[in-house]
Amino acid sequence: MSQMYEIRWHGRAGQGVVTAGELLGEACMETGKYFQAFPEYGAERMGAPIKAYTRVSDEPIEVHAPILEPDMVVVVNPNLIGIVDLTEGLKPDGTIVINTPEDPATIRRRLGFYTGKVWCVDATKIAMEELKRDIPSTMLIAVIARASGIVDLEAVIHLTRESLSGRLRPEVIEANVRALRRAYEECVEG
Amino acid sequence: MVTSKYMPLDGANAVSQAMRQIDPDVVAAYPITPQTAVVQNFSQYVADGIVHTEFVAVESEHAAMSACVGASAAGARVMTATSANGLALMWEMLYIASGLRLPIVMTVVNRALSSPLNIHCDHSDSMGARDSGWLQLYAETGQEAYDNTIQAIRIAEHPDLLLPVMSCQDGFITGHGVERVGILPDEAVREFVGEYKAKFSLLDVDNPITMGAWDFTDYYFEHKRQQTEAMNNAMPIVRAVSEEYERLSGRPQPIVDYFGMDDAEYAIVVLSSTAGTSRAVARQLRAQGWKVGVVKPRVFRPFPAQEIIEAIKGCKAVAVLDRAISFGALYGSGPLFTDTCSALYNLGVTGLPIVNYIYGLGGRDTLPSMIESVYRDLRQVAESGDRGAPVRYLGLRE
Repeated sequence: MSQMYEIRWHGRAGQGVVTAGELLGEACMETGKYFQAFPEYGAERMGAPIKAYTRVSDEPIEVHAPILEPDMVVVVNPNLIGIVDLTEGLKPDGTIVINTPEDPATIRRRLGFYTGKVWCVDATKIAMEELKRDIPSTMLIAVIARASGIVDLEAVIHLTRESLSGRLRPEVIEANVRALRRAYEECVEG
Repeated sequence: MVTSKYMPLDGANAVSQAMRQIDPDVVAAYPITPQTAVVQNFSQYVADGIVHTEFVAVESEHAAMSACVGASAAGARVMTATSANGLALMWEMLYIASGLRLPIVMTVVNRALSSPLNIHCDHSDSMGARDSGWLQLYAETGQEAYDNTIQAIRIAEHPDLLLPVMSCQDGFITGHGVERVGILPDEAVREFVGEYKAKFSLLDVDNPITMGAWDFTDYYFEHKRQQTEAMNNAMPIVRAVSEEYERLSGRPQPIVDYFGMDDAEYAIVVLSSTAGTSRAVARQLRAQGWKVGVVKPRVFRPFPAQEIIEAIKGCKAVAVLDRAISFGALYGSGPLFTDTCSALYNLGVTGLPIVNYIYGLGGRDTLPSMIESVYRDLRQVAESGDRGAPVRYLGLRE
């Protein structure tokens, strides 16, 4: 990986987007990396489009400013297409990770993004099947792991088990782990 | 040196961890807006019985500082936290805390003052309190906010100082930003801060004292002279505590942090999180062959004049960045600039081209490209020999 990797998250308030950004940072920290995770604060209301940021680096991170030219854009909610400029500032060779039942070619066309990489995963379907709830945010971390290599899937799984243990029943924790593994396996690049 | 455990914490949470480890006798705080998560987290520790602190939830920030004054005068180790207009409401009591020489430690998450209404970062709140007799530390990161808060206890309570300390960090930018923060073992912090035995206490009935008594034209002046003498002599105490903490934590704790200042031709002087952004930019520019540097005072009160001036006096041009305006000061400049200029003159440095940038008011983003433009401006100032506008605005639409 390059020295600094910058991610911008898009979702809707209440979807756990900020938490997912922090969880990704924490997973990176567990493997010895430095990170920053911070949301963009506006008027907060449930369902409103929100942005969050995660910076990851092998070195201590000194810059304290929003990410304007991300290496990766993560879209938790596909209904933001056409509402929010999702590819704004995204590096031409950057990566889009999106929760969608559609395929990468369709996403490229809808976003007008013909360079870089596009990774699609139907995280909502996985979440509904494994967790019976529409909470897809954390599953995207598995896709980020596969698409970028900034963090190892096993580190994410280890952290998930650790952070959920004692708070949720063991079978629910294992459903979360299964969901992560499925997202990692079922995501497609195109 | 002890080993830190790394945790993902936002700056507010990092400070509450420090408070948990310090386990002060009394925390009095106003629990709602403009309060920050510092008090929210800490009150949870109190509720869970993790700390032994007497938590006094008061009806206002004025009452919060009043309760802190009372508890500290009674001989307790006292902490509180505030932000923005909450700090403004404490005004009267800030002077009483310092005038009574009470070693209260207050963590401040720097945010803008109304009006207009804004909750984002700038330094207007604590900069307004710079003459209130409190020491002030400014943190670049959540890590520094944690480290400074622990040191603040030892600095404030030093028997030769006995003055209150503000430990400041940038609202939202570090206050709400989650980063990797190294936390010392609980027992290491406990040992470092030690047990507090107040030098003077109202509850020490064997040694009765009077505090805050009538002090008219006869002695008030002498007491203020003693107070300013204490502040004037504070720096060696801050330095000694910092060095001890540096040995304990393994993390450098300079009074003023320098980057590239051995040979810098152009320098930026700036507090808190923007010092990090400036250093990141300076690193890139140095890689391109520019001799640029950054000076970050970690301590602002007492003002580290010698340390700053020694670093910048050989530069071709210098920019001081202020996240607050001292309204009505020369050219409407900021407090860090006026203090730096005053120090230059008093330490006999003349002719150094120096300009002021007001930046980031009300949380306006300060981007790397803006910092780069400052260095470019400085080169322009030096090469043209024309200082141009003494006070400029960074990231402002005009």
